[in-house]
Amino acid sequence: MTLLLAGCDGPLSTLAPAGPAAGDIALLWWGMLIGSAAITLLVGVLLALSFGPPRVRPVRYWTHGWGLGFSLAVLTTVLVAGLWIGERILPRDDGAVEVRAHAYQWGWRFAQPNAEGETVQTDGVLYIPAGRPVDVIVTAEDVIHAFWVPQLAGKVDAIPGRRNLLRIEADRPGTHDGLCAEFCGLGHATMRFELVAYGVDAPPDALADAPAAEEYADD
Amino acid sequence: MTDAYIGTATGTRATTDEIKSDAPQRALGLHRELDRTWANDPGWRGQISAVNHTTLGLRFMGTALVFFAIGGILAMLIRTQLATPEGAFLDTEIYNQIFTMHGSIMMFLFAIPMLEGLAIYMLPKILGTRDLAFPRLTALGYWCYLFGGLILLFALLGGVAPREGWFMYTPLSGATYSPGINADVWLLGVTFVEISALAAAVEITVTILRQRAPGMKLTEMPLFAWYMLGTSVMMLVGFPPLILASVLLEIERAFGWPFFEVARGGDPLLWQHLFWLFGHPEVYIIFLPAAGALSTIIPVMCRTTILGYGAIVAAIVALVFLSFGLWVHHMFTVGIPHMALAFFSAASVLVAVPTAVQVFAWIGTMWKGRPDMHLPMYHIMGFFLTFVMGGLTGVMLAIVPFNWQAHDTHFVVAHLHYVLIGGFVFPMMAAAAYWMPQITGRARIKGLGEAAFWTILIGFHGTFFLMHLTGLLGMPRRIDVYPDNPEWIWLNLTSSIFGFVMTIGFALFALDLVLQAWLGPRSPRDPWRAPGLDWAMRLPPPSYNFASLPGPGRLDGGAQAAQGLARGEGLLPGAPRGRREVLVTGVGSARPELIAILPGNTALPLGLACAIGAFVLMMLSGLYWLTLPALALVAALIWVWARGMAQGHDAAPVEVAPGLSLPVHIHRHDTLGRTGTVCLLLADGTLFAALLFGVGFLSVVAPGWPPPELTGDPKLGAGLIAGLVGGLGLGAIAVRLGLRAQGNGGAVLPAAAVAFIANLAALACLIWLAVAVLDDPTRHARDALRGVLAGYAGLHALIAAGMAGYALDQARRGEIAGTRAGCMPAWRLWQDFAAVTALIAGAILIAQGSGA
Repeated sequence: MTLLLAGCDGPLSTLAPAGPAAGDIALLWWGMLIGSAAITLLVGVLLALSFGPPRVRPVRYWTHGWGLGFSLAVLTTVLVAGLWIGERILPRDDGAVEVRAHAYQWGWRFAQPNAEGETVQTDGVLYIPAGRPVDVIVTAEDVIHAFWVPQLAGKVDAIPGRRNLLRIEADRPGTHDGLCAEFCGLGHATMRFELVAYGVDAPPDALADAPAAEEYADD
Repeated sequence: MTDAYIGTATGTRATTDEIKSDAPQRALGLHRELDRTWANDPGWRGQISAVNHTTLGLRFMGTALVFFAIGGILAMLIRTQLATPEGAFLDTEIYNQIFTMHGSIMMFLFAIPMLEGLAIYMLPKILGTRDLAFPRLTALGYWCYLFGGLILLFALLGGVAPREGWFMYTPLSGATYSPGINADVWLLGVTFVEISALAAAVEITVTILRQRAPGMKLTEMPLFAWYMLGTSVMMLVGFPPLILASVLLEIERAFGWPFFEVARGGDPLLWQHLFWLFGHPEVYIIFLPAAGALSTIIPVMCRTTILGYGAIVAAIVALVFLSFGLWVHHMFTVGIPHMALAFFSAASVLVAVPTAVQVFAWIGTMWKGRPDMHLPMYHIMGFFLTFVMGGLTGVMLAIVPFNWQAHDTHFVVAHLHYVLIGGFVFPMMAAAAYWMPQITGRARIKGLGEAAFWTILIGFHGTFFLMHLTGLLGMPRRIDVYPDNPEWIWLNLTSSIFGFVMTIGFALFALDLVLQAWLGPRSPRDPWRAPGLDWAMRLPPPSYNFASLPGPGRLDGGAQAAQGLARGEGLLPGAPRGRREVLVTGVGSARPELIAILPGNTALPLGLACAIGAFVLMMLSGLYWLTLPALALVAALIWVWARGMAQGHDAAPVEVAPGLSLPVHIHRHDTLGRTGTVCLLLADGTLFAALLFGVGFLSVVAPGWPPPELTGDPKLGAGLIAGLVGGLGLGAIAVRLGLRAQGNGGAVLPAAAVAFIANLAALACLIWLAVAVLDDPTRHARDALRGVLAGYAGLHALIAAGMAGYALDQARRGEIAGTRAGCMPAWRLWQDFAAVTALIAGAILIAQGSGA
């Protein structure tokens, strides 16, 4: 078991969550995995049984019972679980910290508040306070990119002309890897960034030294 | 007088029970007579002039296998690069070209042509007819496929292949971020290939609806035909959005009209909507034919009949409709409203239901019968295992929160390979094992097929099972190096090693096919004791399929029906008139209605494909003015094409069976050609609807609106639009008067002349509109869309004028006279369509002028 979980570790692993959204989704995954394994096994057993002597079942046993009834029951369960978790991880109007992630070929420029509440700009590293919900405004300079910190939450695309919103939160202070998930040309593989979650009482020095954030054309 | 040419009274009203059998004849004599008429030309000429569906179906499938091998080699290059974290095997530019081409080849040059080839080869045999509805169109489709594919391949060899990923997202694929011809190669090459998809879709639909053996009711036809009908309708509706998107992006790249560029009012998301409006149905377009093969093969392998025919048909219809309602699940991360996310999530989950109905119907069929583990059954077991897992990961991906994590990672790569290899390649291998004796007349060499199956199965799951985990550990798609993530190394190395195992398996599979075709012992006539008409013939099949056509009472005879049919005891025996004759039946009842005479061997399809190819190459080279002579050549060849089937004299009714005579198609309005025109207009209407979607989407959603003021004179604009619509409407009235005159034995010439002039006047109004009223289309997306709407109406008016001119010519030659309507029924459909779409387009143009 430990070995199994160790295999799930890694700086970009969705299965090693470090925030509430990623945690919920990981839980959803494990549930769906167990259900899927059971269904695959079940189909295998049904197939194996077909190799015995012919067995007559009414047509509706298969098409309505298994085909409609069984599948609808399973699918409804999964869908409800998905909607419930989806609702939990949405950005909401609760005074969350707002930061900005601006993607370009090929890198990331971030804007975030420092200890004094001024918005400062950093390149390649995003600083957020740990233990507090953060809304990331995701924008793009040139082509479509996607903002993704797998240990904290799902991804959202950075699309020219649009401002997308993603809710993230880190449980504890620490460093997490992030990357561009949407193919964006030659530098796609190396378009990484770092997310530093800091304790609210210990804002990093880098943030104090950072220059004020510049305005964007679409602000 | 003319009544003599429209069939005997009993003929037109014949019910299928009344049809009598013909007297038996000598089978060899019939064979010689038919083969003289239906066989390809001898020698090399036969290769370029063949229009026969058996030849072309095999050619489609053979070419698709070659592209499968090429796509597979590209996959191996990808796996070699990813085997180590800092692979220096390929540079990033080449790597991007290779994964783009791997996806594009497997989708557009392998899967779609493969299923087309299977349908083209199989359908006439399963339905009990001698060829598809439009044999020259089959050949045209093949050449377009081949040439389009070669353009992509040569681009790959020349190092200028597309490199933006197989879904070509804008703005990355736009002119700014993809200079050079790489993206143009994709847009033009793939659209060229799509001509073959539309051609195949039209004739598959028409053949299934109108060429079933008498008595084979729609509600009782073999399930394979139901699956192919669903597929072809989906192709007619699914491909036009992709074609529109490709045309718009090519216009943006070549001429600077903005559709996807944000700064000038476009929106990159329009591309995604149009692409996935095609792209998701595409998955079911690929899956349905494979499922059709399964529904055919499983009952035979289990020595029983299919369980739940009605439920399966309902499932097919449900899939056709549902699959168009869930394209947004490819776009869950683009930032769309949450209610829409919930709706499309539910729709995506719901599509699993009809799939589940089919899977359980197949399992129920196996319970009902006694499964024999012949080779096809191995592949079917491989299908069940792989496809069920792929379907389950598909349901996971339909759940939005999970999708946000897994999207664009290797989890999706694993999922789509489980679905496509499980849902298409394994069933196709089962189909190959099942039908190879039918195709070659030879039995296979024992052992090799099983070895290939196990190698592929182990190789496949070894490659892709752990890849789910690779994705969950955060590895995105389309990266070539991962130096900072040692935790992915063992997963990728494992995938690469098993990838090569899978390749060895496919090589064994190909070897098995070749050896069977080349060295296999003679196959018995009914190796599986299958009931279908596809076995009611000599093996390998003769050029004409059936010496006499099967009718009521002979529809599920399998090989037992072969002898009687070969002796001419069925309908329409032999080819005594030296013409390629097929029986056309009613859509629902399959009552015999008329005799269609199909065209013979001709190199015209090759010529037309070359002309289209010249257009494509001129576009690619940027020699835009030279596209005009190429288009003129295309138009001229289409005219010659139409002339090839024109007939200036009456044809006597044909005796189909004792006491049943039917008219030849030139004396009827409800011809195959008319049904084909309806199908074409369905596709065309979908394209127009997709264009209207684009207009609405950009107007409402795109960031860079409102656009600058229109500068044209609105009164002049409205007047010219009225002239356009009025001209086309007058043409529509003239067609009706012409048809009435033809029915009454009057002169058609005046009506055709009026319609011709009215269409030209409409066209003139439109050109005036474009020159004097419309704004520079490069200014803003709104102006570009106005240009496209006008261009759409103009192209349809031009073609309507061409058809009116053709009718004028036919009236002058006496080809439209008496009971012969010539091109008028098809022209009437086109004229009405052109008038209605011009009315809608014109109303939008006027509304944009008067609106905010």
